[in-house]
Amino acid sequence: MDRSADTDSDGAKGAKGTPRDEAPGAHGTGRDRFNAYLAGLIFSTILTLASFWSASTGAIYGPGVPILLGVLAIAQMGVHLVFFLHISSAPDQVNNFLALAFGVFVVGLIVFGSMLIMANLNHMMVPMDKLMQMQR
Amino acid sequence: MSVAGTPIEEIPLSLRGPAPTRVLVGYGFWLFLLSDIIIFGVFFAAYAVLSGETAGGPTGPQLFDHGRVLIETACLLASSFTCGMMAIAADRRARAGTYFWAIVTMALGATFLSLELAEFAHMAAIGAVPQRSAFLSSFFTLVGTHGLHVTTGLLWLAVMLAQIATLGFSPAVQRRLLCFSLFWHALDIVWVGVFSIVYLGAH
Repeated sequence: MDRSADTDSDGAKGAKGTPRDEAPGAHGTGRDRFNAYLAGLIFSTILTLASFWSASTGAIYGPGVPILLGVLAIAQMGVHLVFFLHISSAPDQVNNFLALAFGVFVVGLIVFGSMLIMANLNHMMVPMDKLMQMQR
Repeated sequence: MSVAGTPIEEIPLSLRGPAPTRVLVGYGFWLFLLSDIIIFGVFFAAYAVLSGETAGGPTGPQLFDHGRVLIETACLLASSFTCGMMAIAADRRARAGTYFWAIVTMALGATFLSLELAEFAHMAAIGAVPQRSAFLSSFFTLVGTHGLHVTTGLLWLAVMLAQIATLGFSPAVQRRLLCFSLFWHALDIVWVGVFSIVYLGAH
């Protein structure tokens, strides 16, 4: 997330100046950062085209398509996080990374919890036509 | 930052003193973005539960045009890239480059928005309004909220251009530009979820 190239020196470099667990383009020269954005653009373009292709082609086993779409979407979100938002597990990113983990946890609870509970309720509910008869 | 020649990475994080303002602002704004993503998560949950409840009205595959969505996605992806170019130019304090990439970003965002509005207008014209079914209510809430965020982002970018013109590249303006690019990239992440789940996942 910190994209400053010159303002701070604690870029978490290893002993020989090699980055330690850093997102590409998080620090460094303008050219390094340009390359990181370009790589992100290329990866996400490929993943987007793969998503649209797999949704429209008949070549993939039908029930497997939603799973494939989910995998591609998660991969693309990861590409965006690393190459555009520069989130990583580098030492100066611990707080950002923990916050992200908590956010993902809450979103997962809400989405999958809602789906599970509503599917269960639908399953347990009296069918609508029977309900109408009972009220008569 | 290093004490008497000690490399910074050998000093424990807790002893390094306060973090630079830029890092703190980025962290605070990241927390806001995560809370925003949780709002979208709630709308995604509502859509996932209600997407089959069409009440005899139009269904997703009848309404969605994959070609249009692909162009919308391309616009947002390209605008994320140009937003990164703007960030690089702004760190160099290159005024012309910042303006150029900001205007390209705005143009791509506006193209996305006009395509989305054209889709909404088409849906409204054939009677697929939010009141029609639970599916359409949750669709318009989710996609409309994302569109509102893009609109806000465009307004924010316009304000940032005015601030660069009047205040120059002061540290405060630089930090606001950092927050803007985080916001814009986060919107792109949400859109990945929207096109994968809403448009491509419709069946």
